Amino acid sequence: MSALASIRGLGVAYRRDGAAALAGIDLDIMAGERLAIIGESGSGKSTLALALAGLLPAGAVQEGRIGWPGLAHAPLGGHDIGFVFQDPAGSLDPVMPVGRQVAEVARAHLGLSWRQAQERARELLARVRLPEPDAVQHAFPHQLSGGQKQRVAIAAAIAARPKLLIADEATSALDTIVQAEIVALIRQLVAEDGLTLLFISHDIALASELADRIAVFRAGRMVEIGAAAAIVTRPGEAYTRALLDAHIGLDAAPLVARPGQGDA
Amino acid sequence: MRKPLLTISGLAKAFRRGGNIVPAVEGVGFEVMPGETLALAGPSGSGKSTIARLLLRLVEPDSGEIRFVGEDWLALRGAALRARRARMQMVFQDPNAAFNPRATVARVLDDPLRIHGIAPRAERPRRIASLLERVGLPAGLAGRAIHEISGGQRQRVAIARAIATKPSLIVLDEAVSALDMSVRGQILELLLALQDEERIAYLFISHDLGLVRAFAHRVVLLEAGRIAEQGEARTVIDAPKSAIGRALVAAAPKLVGRNSL
Repeated sequence: MSALASIRGLGVAYRRDGAAALAGIDLDIMAGERLAIIGESGSGKSTLALALAGLLPAGAVQEGRIGWPGLAHAPLGGHDIGFVFQDPAGSLDPVMPVGRQVAEVARAHLGLSWRQAQERARELLARVRLPEPDAVQHAFPHQLSGGQKQRVAIAAAIAARPKLLIADEATSALDTIVQAEIVALIRQLVAEDGLTLLFISHDIALASELADRIAVFRAGRMVEIGAAAAIVTRPGEAYTRALLDAHIGLDAAPLVARPGQGDA
Repeated sequence: MRKPLLTISGLAKAFRRGGNIVPAVEGVGFEVMPGETLALAGPSGSGKSTIARLLLRLVEPDSGEIRFVGEDWLALRGAALRARRARMQMVFQDPNAAFNPRATVARVLDDPLRIHGIAPRAERPRRIASLLERVGLPAGLAGRAIHEISGGQRQRVAIARAIATKPSLIVLDEAVSALDMSVRGQILELLLALQDEERIAYLFISHDLGLVRAFAHRVVLLEAGRIAEQGEARTVIDAPKSAIGRALVAAAPKLVGRNSL
């Protein structure tokens, strides 16, 4: 396996005199892998995604370097890197039909005619399993549910056939059932298109279901990285163990007594 | 036989959307006992939040009955309703949206003490310090603005505000969903300790079945505004009988490789 992106000594601060949002990150993202970045708020996980996509705000100070041995050229956001954010309403234009928004991406990056781009948009809306893509392409974002909007955002993110798909808390605002559907969709699209996936989440269980490798971030530093199963079963760091212990799964020890027992 | 704190029966509410009447809650009924945690679980649009809003009288139902602390809750109006509201409090998912960000912590806690006449002015600073202590915050935090404190601290302040009026029921609407994992555990412990000490009942609204199973005594599973099943939380979630129950269990994230569930 070869590296798609090679990150060396990456540091980011949002203000010249401010605290580092990221510091000393060395990380290779392998071509075709599903890599999860796990962390709590302030861990720097989203900053890493923005730095990779070249989306850091003006004024952010970056040190170190990000190389792209897996690409023949410097990456172009939207073209080589598709990005799905937590809030689909925030990444879609509220007054443009969703089919047209997907078509715009295809037209801008693939040099398609408007007609071809619209045909590709319709195909993509079907691929992300939106019901009745012919009708949905004319819908506005507010007419769709949260899960449907996120499917449109995914269609737009993959419209230009990127190498890398970044999903930043892409399922966190959805209920569990829709979240599971979107994760299944991402898994399928990544497999079919041979995409590299960077899956950013606060949920280590969700990451373990999807990722080949998990990197744990805390306060701007990478705590550890390893195969997903190894991180879950044999974490090397106390912090990772604490995150795993904080997960309340379906088999967790109950926090309350059964009704009719204890204080009742 | 203990008497229920809250009894809901035949509750229904439909909203007008476009030209259509969309039922949000249909024929919902359940009871909450004093000191008990009842979870309302279900996917988006299943009616959880509408039930909470009906309960808090933020919207009025089309039909149904709500009895709370032995009274016809839906018949209360004006001053009588305001006075009784002290007994039923709420903590929301996003503490940012629940506060004026520029208010100080002291101001946020002073309001309920003043509005509900819980303590005279001279006594309030002491009451505020004691509320902060109850939720594990330093008294020195009182002078800080809401926007200056962390998300976990803010949720503790929201809980302090909720318990200021000595409620018998607190509606927790996804109250721990937005918190970091490490902070979430501490907030859950705090809620359990308060329940233990004061016999507060919780109506715990969540779509996270793992959390519901660990934290709630009983659960009501909702789908499309109707009750799909209800019962003891572990019994229902360990072996759901309804299709939505099975779907929610299947969709819950599991640590791959660690558990064999």
